[in-house]
Formats: sequence, structure tokens, C-alpha cells
Amino acid sequence: MLMQADHMPSTSGTQGTQGDIPVLALNGVTKTFPGVTALSQVSLQLFAGKVTALIGENGAGKSTVVKILTGIYQPDGGTLEVDGASVRFATAQAAGDAGVTAIHQETVLFDELSVAENIFLGHAPRGRFGLIDTNAMIERAREILAGIGANIDPRTRLRDLGIASKHLVAIARALSIDARVVIMDEPTAALSQKEIEELYELVETLKAQGKAILFISHKFDEIFRIADNYTVFRDGALVGSGAIADVTEAEVVKMMVGRDVSQIFPDRERNIGAQILVVDGYEHPTEFAEISFTLRRGEILGFYGLVGAGRSELMQALFGITRPSGGTVLIDAEPVTIRSPADAVAKGIVYVPEDRGTQGAITALPIFQNVTLPSLGRTSRNGFLQLAEEFRLAREYTRRLDLRAASLDTTVGNLSGGNQQKVVIAKWLATQPKVIILDEPTKGIDIGSKAAVHDFMAELAAQGLAVIMVSSEIPEVLGMSDRVIVMREGLIAAELTGDALTPETLVRHAAGI
Amino acid sequence: MTDTTRVIPDRLQSPLQRRVKSWESLLLAVAVAIFIVNSFMSPYFLNAWNLSDMTFNFTEKAMIAFAMALLIIAGEIDLSVASIIALASTAMGAAVQVGVGTPGLVLIGLGVGLLCGAFNGVLVTRLGLPSIVVTIGTMSLFRGISYIVLGDQAYRGYPADFAFFGQGYVFWVISFELVLFAVLALIYFVLLHKTNFGRAVYAIGNNPVGAEFSGIRVARVKFILFLLTGLMSGVAAICLTSRLASTRPSIAVGWELEIVTMVVLGGVSILGGAGSIPGVVIAAFVMGLVTFGLGLLNVPGIVMSIVIGALLIGVIALPRLWDKWRAHAAKG
Repeated sequence: MLMQADHMPSTSGTQGTQGDIPVLALNGVTKTFPGVTALSQVSLQLFAGKVTALIGENGAGKSTVVKILTGIYQPDGGTLEVDGASVRFATAQAAGDAGVTAIHQETVLFDELSVAENIFLGHAPRGRFGLIDTNAMIERAREILAGIGANIDPRTRLRDLGIASKHLVAIARALSIDARVVIMDEPTAALSQKEIEELYELVETLKAQGKAILFISHKFDEIFRIADNYTVFRDGALVGSGAIADVTEAEVVKMMVGRDVSQIFPDRERNIGAQILVVDGYEHPTEFAEISFTLRRGEILGFYGLVGAGRSELMQALFGITRPSGGTVLIDAEPVTIRSPADAVAKGIVYVPEDRGTQGAITALPIFQNVTLPSLGRTSRNGFLQLAEEFRLAREYTRRLDLRAASLDTTVGNLSGGNQQKVVIAKWLATQPKVIILDEPTKGIDIGSKAAVHDFMAELAAQGLAVIMVSSEIPEVLGMSDRVIVMREGLIAAELTGDALTPETLVRHAAGI
Repeated sequence: MTDTTRVIPDRLQSPLQRRVKSWESLLLAVAVAIFIVNSFMSPYFLNAWNLSDMTFNFTEKAMIAFAMALLIIAGEIDLSVASIIALASTAMGAAVQVGVGTPGLVLIGLGVGLLCGAFNGVLVTRLGLPSIVVTIGTMSLFRGISYIVLGDQAYRGYPADFAFFGQGYVFWVISFELVLFAVLALIYFVLLHKTNFGRAVYAIGNNPVGAEFSGIRVARVKFILFLLTGLMSGVAAICLTSRLASTRPSIAVGWELEIVTMVVLGGVSILGGAGSIPGVVIAAFVMGLVTFGLGLLNVPGIVMSIVIGALLIGVIALPRLWDKWRAHAAKG
């Protein structure tokens, strides 16, 4: 599957105006972390007055690029150029001085400070004795906000603003330091349709002012609406770039996901048995609605969707973390009411969360205590701990997962991400569940551990456990699932099996194209 | 799965090795040092009856400190404990006026303690309020009720057999309070270190979200801990009221800070998640020995609180300074 050759339009030509020097460019940049190559020889050019969309799946290396551009990470190889001259951003400060500013998914602003203070924090206009000239600061904040058409009083406290207004403040802050390059990382993720329209207008304003804009988004409609150029990353490598006018959505989707997926996933015997879980008309006041699906023993059911599609929220409701507002859940044809994780565990549903550090593991406690925590009822006698029994259970399950650790008494925080994930999975298997829900099970873990987790999921299904896997990685969804439910904006957009299950169908249903 | 089945050892360091290097060992050394210094400073120190009197400096506070240790390990705190003593003692005093006997008084003391603990627990676990705010509030509320009931009066006239709890001796110089202290120390040791409940307390203190996600009923555990702290305040109220044979609304004023000091000195992390009952037991002796030693030297109370404060900061800062110094030395 050599898509690159077919679908990569030329990287020269129509990107900037003929002969333009990019304001900011990456040339052959490589970045490695222990066990992972995050970026391999990638290049990216940003031109004045142009919007460049950076496109890629989760884990493609987009956020690493942002961190390199803003001086948080240093590249291991390759160069960074500003106006064609090689530079080095040793600190975030240096990147800011060069006029590069980023507006993140969760922008770092200060709720308790005023809008003007947020805009000018760290570079406020000074008056006599070096004190902050509050009046000048408020006046300049007012000018900048008016310049982007934001009707916000600079004296308002930030906490009193909505999320969209906060974004505008973040953008005003970017402008206040006379930014030449504005990086927008998923700026529309939390916005309503009307607010998104306003953001588009703002992007046009910034373009007209000659700013170079890097626009990171999952949403194809907005990329095709506002971007001039595109750059696609896959697995930390550049797979295509050019003018957006020269490509179609389908071509971009292919560049983004194209990969031979069959090799790296275990071939497994499909041994699908009786229906075990039935969810009918499940709904939540804000996160999801009309969710109905079934799950059989030995089946791996994938849940695909964009970030914010409501997949994790649905799973957390099934696990008793949040309370649904309606619908029924049947386990083994028995209706069940789940009000807490303790209830869910008792009914045989367990959940391996995406956020390992806070939700999955108790990192300050040793491995064996993490593994036995939900199973203490079985390892203890009349409520009294039996350490020998705990070690036996922990040994059994960590061995099945091929855990690598110095001892079972090692605190979980000292393990790598992959091994921490194995501890969390071991913890839940030790409860002998009927249904295991894995939320982004291989996110942020190294290749070796990924393969171990995949092998193990296949083994669990073969043993008759019903598995739900929430994943945003298309190869993983395709490689592991027997059946896939695609969610979009809290609803089930499609249920796909067999030949209907392709990277293109997944992305189309998830993005609503 | 890989075919190389590697066996992960259960432990690299035996529990005994770990204990030798622990905070408790350091604290025990401090206790012994203070004991030796005291015995040189005052000729009256090494006397069985004097040492027995010394234990009254900490037994009542330590009873509450055991429950408080669990609460702080779980990431919460109860600053209303001394006010619960005042309210429980006032309730018992009022009951005496209408002729309630000793068994009734004990039930009233324990009952008021439980009710106050339940009140704190409901506010924290049901309404999700921060415990430090809730219990600063109930600290004023509970003692305020005592002041309204008693004003500048005092309740007296406790039955003769009620005196046993605070003044009785079980054997020779061994007081009832000291025995109760030892029994409670053992109960709390087993509860925290040997039961599923204790394991849940540590899990909650280290990561309440992770504990909830692991199927632990976090709110229920915290509520029980507030109940226990209230109950122990009730027990302490019985002992203290019995020892003083009277109730004033200012009874046990300021104890909450001494109890928290005892818990923290015992090695319990004020941020939650770590600590042990043996540590609190030793810390109780350390504080008792210091207070008593200074008392024998006729040091005024104000100076005593300065010494206790300095001791707390010193004992907590020294290991950190030591670690820093060693890290610095290792770098060259």
C-alpha cells in the first residue's frame, strides 16, 4: 500500500506566493523519546497571511510539532527557520520573542484575573517606578479586543466569561505580543456553531493582518473552509502537503489513515458466543442520547469517533461514574441499575480509563495493592488483609500480562506508561469480569507494550470475555474490532462490520461528511 | 505472550528492613533522647508515679489522634474535635443535673460525639464541602452551644463512680486511661494496617478519583471516618470530664491543633496518603515527655507551646535538610 507516491502532491509550487520565504519553517526535524520516535524528518512551512492546516490522527505527532514550534521541546535533528534564517528556540520565552504564539485546546489563562491582566500578563505596560500602568493596560486591551471584534470589557474577571469569549481573550493575548505566527490547536473543539462562525471571521482578520496561522483540527469541513495549505502527518512522518485547492477530502483521508493494518495486529480466532450486554435507549442530559447496542461473549466491539463524540462519557455512565437520565442496561438478560463503580464491578462490568494517572491507577501505592484493590473481598478473610493471598493474585495476573517490574512492591508511579496500563488491566481481570471496557487502551504507550495489550485483548476475547474498546486510532479500531460503532456528537452515527469497515467509512461517519 | 516467563519477586526489601529506615525509628530515637535528657534535668523524673502522671498529658488527645490520623491519611481533617468534647461534656453535665447515672452519662458522651461526627460527615460527603471549612464552622458552632448553655457557669456533681474513667487505676501506676489508650492504639493499628478498610483509606488519600474508579465507595469510607473521629472525641470527653470532675465551656480549648500536631509529628502526611499508627503512638509519648519535662522545670505554658512548635518544625525539616545535604554532597 504505497499511497504516498500516488497521493502526495508536490511540496513545492502553490503553497506561498511564488518565491515567498516562509515566516516559520521546520526542515527535516526529528524528535525521539525513550522508546518512541515522535517525529521523523518532518518539514512544515508557514507563510505570512496564509492558514496552514496540520492534519493527522491522534499520535501522528501534531502536538510534538506545536511544542517544538513554541520552544517547549528541542528537536533532536533538523532545523528551525524564521524568515529563512536558522534559529533555536531554547525556551518558550525565546519562541515568544520570535513572535510565535499558541492557543491551546485548553488555553492557559487565569480565571481569577481580569481580561486585561490575562492579555498582558508578563508584558504589561509599565508606568512610573516600574509599576503596572493599569489604565494604559486596560486601554490597549480595549483596542486589541475591538480589533478582533470582541465585545468584552477588559475589566471583567475571566471566570465570568464563557468558553468562546475565553478563546477570544487568548487570541487577544496572542496579538498583544505582536505575534507573527499564531498556532491554533483544535480551537473549535469546545465551541458552538455560532461561535465557530465568529472564529472563522477572526481567522480571516488575522490573515488580512499578515499573520501566519497553523490550524490544527480533526474536522474536515473547517479545514476545507478556512485553510490555504495543508500538511498531513502519519506516525510522526510527513505524508503530504500542498495547496488545499488541489486536493479532495477523500485524498486527505487516505493520506491520513493509509497504512497496511493487517500485519501488526494478532490474527485471532473469532469465537463469538451468547449475548451478554444489552443497552437500550441510554441517554444523558448533555453528553449522549439514543444509545442502543448489544455485545456478545468473545466479541471485541470498537467505538470510534472524534474527541468529544461522547464515547468516554457513555462508558463512564455504564461504569457508574456519571448518572444516565434514561434507558436500560441488561446483563445476561437481567436488568441492572448501576449507581457507582462498586455496583458496576459487582455486576461484572469493569472500565480501564483513558486517564491512567488519576483514574486508572493509584500511582503512589505498590503494584500488588493496585492489582488487589477491587478484589480485596476475595483476597481477605472477614475484612482482614491476607498479604500472601494478595501477592498470589497479583503474581498470577501480572504474569499473564507480561509485566516488567523490579518487584510487586514497586510503586506503580515508577513504571513506564505501558507497564502501568498492564497493572490497570491486571487489576480488572483479577475481578473476573463479564464485560471489560478499555478506553484508548494503547494511548501514549510504547510499541512493545501496545503489541502486548493487543495480544492480550485477543486472548481475552478468545476466552469468552466481552470487550468494548474505545479508540481514536483507526488502525487499532480496524485491526482489533469484530464490529465498530461510530459515534458523532453524542449519537450513534453508524454500526459497521465486514466490508463496510474501512478507514474511509470510519472517518466519514465520525466527521459527518 | 513472550515465552520467557520471568518471575517478578514479591519484595526487594523486607518489611523489617523498611521499618528500620523509617520515620518511626527516627521518632523513637527522639523519644529516647528526650527521656534521657529529662532524667538528667530533674531528679523527680524517674519516679513511677510521676511518669504515670505524665501519661495524662497525652492519653485523651491521642485517642482522638488515632481517628484523626485515619482521617488525615484519607485526605480530610476534623478541626471540630475539641468543640465536640465541649458539647459532649456539656450534655453529660446537663444530664447529671437531672439525675442520670454513670452508664447513661457514658451513652450520652458517646452519642453526642457520634452525632457531631455524623453532622460533619454529611456536610463533607453529601454536600461535597471541603472538610477544613466545614469543621472550622462546626468548631465554632459546637462550642458556641456550650457557651450558650453554660455561660460562665460550670456543671459539677458527677457521680462518684464516674470518676473512674479519668482518675482510676487498673493496676499499681497503670491508669484506666493508659489501658484504654493502649487498647485503642491496638484497635486502630489493626484497622489501618490489617484490614480492607485501612487499605481503602490509603487508596483514597493517595488518589480519591482512582479509588472511586477502583470500585471503592469513597463517600461511605469518609463518612465512617468522620463518625469515628466524633466517637473518639466523645470517648475523650468522658475521660477528661471524669478527670476534671466538672464541665466549663472552655474545656479542651485549643486541643484540635495539639492533636493535629501529634498526628503530623507521627509522620502522617498532611496531604494525605501516608502515615502509620505506631508513628502516632510514639509522637504521643514525645509530646507527653516534652510537656512533662518542661513542667518539672517550671517552664511556663507559653514557652511550652513554643517548644512543641519548634519540635514539630525541627523533626519535619531535619530529614529533608539531611536529604538535600546528601544530594549536594553526592554531586561533589
